[in-house]
Amino acid sequence: MPKIHVSTTVNGDTVEFLCETQETVLDVLRNTLGLTGTKEGCGTGDCGACSVLVDGRLVCGCLMLGVEAEGKEIVTVEGIGSPDRLHPVQQKFLEDAALQCGFCTPGFIVAAKALLDSNPEPTETEIRYWLAGNLCRCTGYDKIVRAVQDAALEMKGQQA
Amino acid sequence: MTYEPKTLKVVGTRPIRHDGADKVTGRANYGADFKLPGMLWGKVLRSPHAHARIRAIDVSKAKALPGVKAVITGGDMPMPDGGVTQAGESAINTQHLAKNLMARDKVLYDGHPVAAVAAISESIAREALDLIEVDYEILPHVIDVEEAMKPDAPLLHDDLFTQNVEPKPEKPSNVAQRIFVGKGDMEKGFSEADIVIERHFTTKPVHQGYIEPQACVANFAEDGQAVVWCSSQGQFLIRDLCVNMLGMEASDLKVIPAEIGGGFGGKTTVYLEPLALVLSHKAGRPVKMTMSRGEVFRSTGPTSGCAIRAKIGALRDGTIVAAEMDLKFQAGAFPGSPVGAAVMFATAPYDIPNLSITGWDVCVNVPKIHAYRAPGAPNGAFAFESVIDELARELNVDPIDLRAKNSVAEGSKAPYGPTHGPLGGLECLSAAKNHPHYKANLGPNQGRGVASGFWINIGGQSAATVVVNRDGTIALVEGCPDIGGTRASLAMMCAEVLGIEAEKVRPSVVDTTAIAFNDVTGGSRVTFATGKAVVEATEDAVRQMRERAAKMWDIEPDSVLWRDGAAHETGGEGRSLTIAQIASKAAKTGGQIMGHASINAAGAGPSLTTHMCDVEVDRETGRVTILRYTTVQDAGKAVHPSYVEGQMQGGAAQGIGWALNEEYIHDEQGRLLNAGFLDYRMPVASDLPMIDAVSGEVPNPNHPFGVRGVGEAPIVPPLAAISNAIYDATGVRMRDLPFSPPRVLAALEEAERAKG
Amino acid sequence: MARVVLSGDLGRRFAGGEVEVRVPGDSVRRLIRALDERYPGIAGHLEAEGMAVAIDGVVYQDALLEEVGPDSEVYFLHAIRGGRA
Ligand code: FES
Ligand code: FES
Repeated sequence: MPKIHVSTTVNGDTVEFLCETQETVLDVLRNTLGLTGTKEGCGTGDCGACSVLVDGRLVCGCLMLGVEAEGKEIVTVEGIGSPDRLHPVQQKFLEDAALQCGFCTPGFIVAAKALLDSNPEPTETEIRYWLAGNLCRCTGYDKIVRAVQDAALEMKGQQA
Repeated sequence: MTYEPKTLKVVGTRPIRHDGADKVTGRANYGADFKLPGMLWGKVLRSPHAHARIRAIDVSKAKALPGVKAVITGGDMPMPDGGVTQAGESAINTQHLAKNLMARDKVLYDGHPVAAVAAISESIAREALDLIEVDYEILPHVIDVEEAMKPDAPLLHDDLFTQNVEPKPEKPSNVAQRIFVGKGDMEKGFSEADIVIERHFTTKPVHQGYIEPQACVANFAEDGQAVVWCSSQGQFLIRDLCVNMLGMEASDLKVIPAEIGGGFGGKTTVYLEPLALVLSHKAGRPVKMTMSRGEVFRSTGPTSGCAIRAKIGALRDGTIVAAEMDLKFQAGAFPGSPVGAAVMFATAPYDIPNLSITGWDVCVNVPKIHAYRAPGAPNGAFAFESVIDELARELNVDPIDLRAKNSVAEGSKAPYGPTHGPLGGLECLSAAKNHPHYKANLGPNQGRGVASGFWINIGGQSAATVVVNRDGTIALVEGCPDIGGTRASLAMMCAEVLGIEAEKVRPSVVDTTAIAFNDVTGGSRVTFATGKAVVEATEDAVRQMRERAAKMWDIEPDSVLWRDGAAHETGGEGRSLTIAQIASKAAKTGGQIMGHASINAAGAGPSLTTHMCDVEVDRETGRVTILRYTTVQDAGKAVHPSYVEGQMQGGAAQGIGWALNEEYIHDEQGRLLNAGFLDYRMPVASDLPMIDAVSGEVPNPNHPFGVRGVGEAPIVPPLAAISNAIYDATGVRMRDLPFSPPRVLAALEEAERAKG
Repeated sequence: MARVVLSGDLGRRFAGGEVEVRVPGDSVRRLIRALDERYPGIAGHLEAEGMAVAIDGVVYQDALLEEVGPDSEVYFLHAIRGGRA
C-alpha cells in the first residue's frame, strides 16, 4: 500500500512521517512516532482516551486521519507541563487521587486543559458535560471533577 | 500477625502515589505501549455465529499473502490434559480454556476465535483474515438462561452432565452444576412467618468495561525460552495458564507485567497471550496482539445474566425467619459462572435461621463468563435487597431499621456456615441512617432507595522483598499489578513499620522471575494479603538492622529497640543509628540488608456496605436520573483514604451503569448488537453526581493495621438501591435489569393501565 | 476434639443433611483423615482445589497444616474464591 508523506508539528517539534491512507492520527502518534501517552480505548470516538489538541481544538485522535494532520499543530499529553513543573491539571490529578488505573488519565488531562484554556471558571455541570466524551471506568468521576475544579482555582491564583 | 491498636504516622494519610507522575504525563507503559525490533502484528478471526459446527477452514490464501508470516487454527494449538488452575476469584479448567482460546470443532458464541495470523503490518494481518475461508454448519443457539435449562434446548456440549444432583443425570444438558447452601427447617420457618413475599428477577450479561483493551507482545526464542509483556491482574497467572496451555515449563516463560488499564476481574485469564506465543514460535519473530473494543465486548468475559426467584418470610415485628432463593446463572460457552458466590452472599448481610439457597450454573451461547467485581454478589443482592425493601414497606418500618434488626454481627453465623468475627454491618447501617442524606427532602417524582451488600474478601499468596539501600531509602519489591494505587498503600505500610516517610520507599511490581509466586490482584486482596507480606518483610529487615546495630555497639540485639527509622540502645549510653548509618556499613557487618516474606494470608475480614441513592424519574421518557448517592462501607482501616474512597465511588458508578443502561443485546441469530461504547452505554461524567464515600473502621483482627479488602463490596448494593429508589419515586417495582428509559416507561404505562 | 460442621452441599452429600461431628485432630490434615474414616470419600472432596476451610470464623485457602484447637469450630466451604468465573 503506498504511503503518504505528511509534515506537521507535534508538541512544538516539526515532524515528518509516512502513513497509510487509513491510518489515524492516533496510529501515527503511537506506532510511528512512539508517542504512546495517547491511548486507544475504542478507536471509534466514544471513549476520549485518544484526546489530543489539533490547532488548539480538542479532537479524538482515532477519528482523524494521519494525512489530515498535514500543516497542523498537534499537542499530546507528552506536550503538557514542563520538565520542571507539571501543569496544574496534572498536579491536581495527583493530589486529589483523580486516577486509579490511569489509562483514561492522559485523555482527561488533555481534555481538562482544553476546557480551562477556553473557560477558566467552569461550573461543576460545565465540567461534567465537557468531560462527557471521556470514559473512566475506575473512579466514578468524583475525584476527576474535583481535580479540575482545584486546577481552575490554582490557575486563577497563578494569574492574579 | 494480628491487629494491635497503635498510633500511626503514615497509614491513614494521603501521600501522592509513587507511580503518579508517570501516569499524568503519558510515560507509564500499558499493555499496548510496548514494541520490539522486527515485531509482527497478530490478529484473530472470530466466529460470526452464536453456535455452529466448523466443517472446514481453508487458510491457504491467507498464507500466500505477501507479508504474512504465520497462520494458526485450532489444530495448531495443543490440547492440554485436564486440570484446574486457580485464578484468584476463579478456578480455570484448562481444557475449556484451550477451546475458548481457539475453537476446535464447534464455535460457541459470536466472537469465538477460529484462526489467527501474524504479518508484517496491521493492515496486512487484517487483509489476511479476510482471506481465510471457514465453512460453518449453523446450529440452533440459546442465550436466555431459563430457555437453556429446558430439556429440549440446543445443547452446547454433548459431554456435560449436571454435577451435584441426585439421581445422577443420564442425559447431557446445559446445566453444569447445582450448588446449595442452607440451614434450619424451611417448612417450619415459613409456617411461622406472618408475611411471605416471593418475586422473580432477571439480569442481562454486563461487561467489566475496563478502558484498556487486552494487549500483549510475545517473543519466543529458538531455544524454547519465551517472554510475554502484557497487562493483566497477575503476571504469575498469565505465566501458569500459558505454560499449561502450551506444554511449557514455568522456567521457559517470563511474563513482564505492564501497567494495567483496569481489569475488575476481567483480566484474570488469557485470551491473546497463548496465541501470540504460538504465532511467535511459528514465525520466529516477536508478535504483538491488541484487541479492538468490539473484540473486547464480543470475546472477553462479561458477567452472567441470570434469573432469580427470591422468597422471604418474616414475623410482624420484622424478624426474618426464612429465606429461599433459586439462582440460575449464565456460565457462557463453558461451565463456571459466579453463582457460587451469589448463593453464599445474597443473604449474607442478615442472620436468618432457616435458609435454602440453590444455584445453577448454565452454559449458553455467549462468551465464557468471567469474574467481574464481587462476582455474582450484585445479582443476588439485587433480588434479595429488593424483597427486603418490599418487606419494609409491607410492615411499614424504616428499611434501615429492618436491616439493622436482622443484621449479622460478631458471633452470628454466615449463610455458608462459619461464625463471624468482628464486622461492620450495624455500624454501616447506623452511619447511613444518621447521614444528612437520609433526612434530606425529596421533590415530586423523586425517591430514595437503600440497599446493603456483603463481600467476603480473600487472602491468598503474596510475597514481598524489602531492600535497604545504602543511603537509607528502600526498594519495595512485590508481584501484584497495581490497578488502583496499591503501590502507594503497600509502600505506606512498609514506611509505617520502618518509621520513615512513604516517599522514601520506592515500590516496584516485578516480573515472574524476580519474586515468588503471587496470586492475582483481585478479590480485594492486595492491601490485605500483600500488605501482610510487606509488613512481615519489613519486620524482617528491621530485625536484621537491629542485629547490625547491636553488632556495631557490641551489645545484645534485645537491647536494641526500633523507632522512627532508627535503632536505639535501650540502656547504656542511649545511642542511636539511622537506617542510613546502619545500611552504609552493611558490607562490614555481614552484607547487604534485605527482608523477605512469602505467605498464604488467611483471615481477610468480610466487608459490609450500605448505599443510599436518590433518583428522579421522568414520567414522559422513562429516564432515571441519579440525584444523590452515598456509600457507607467498613474498610477495616483505610491505608490511603483517597484510594479507598475511589474504590467505593468507582464501584458505585459501575453499579449505577449496570442498573440503568448496561446490557448485552443480541439479535435473533445470537449476534451481539451493541459491541461498542456508543451502544453499550457506560456512565459518563454528566450522568453522575458526586458520590459521597463514608468509610467506617471496624478493624480486621487478622491484619496488623486492621485492613479489610475494599474493592468489591461497592458494586453489590447499587442495583437494588436504585430499584428501591425508583419504587419510592413512582410506586413501580422494577425487577428486570436494566432500568433503561424504554423499560421504565413501559412499566410506568403498565402501572397506569392497571390502575385503569 | 474439634467441632466440624458439614453444611450445605457437603452435609447433603455425605450425611443426608447438615451434621455437626466431633473429630480428633490438631491440624486440618488430621481432621480430614478422621472425617474420611467416618464418611468414606469425603477426603478427596475436601482436598480438592478451590476448597477453603474456616477455623473459628477465619477463612484459610488451601489449608492443610493449619492448627485446629480442641474446641475449634470448623467449616469447609466450596468456591470460596467468589465462584468459578
Ligand atoms: S480511542 Fe478514540 S475515542 Fe476511544
Ligand atoms: S482511572 Fe481507570 S479508567 Fe479512569
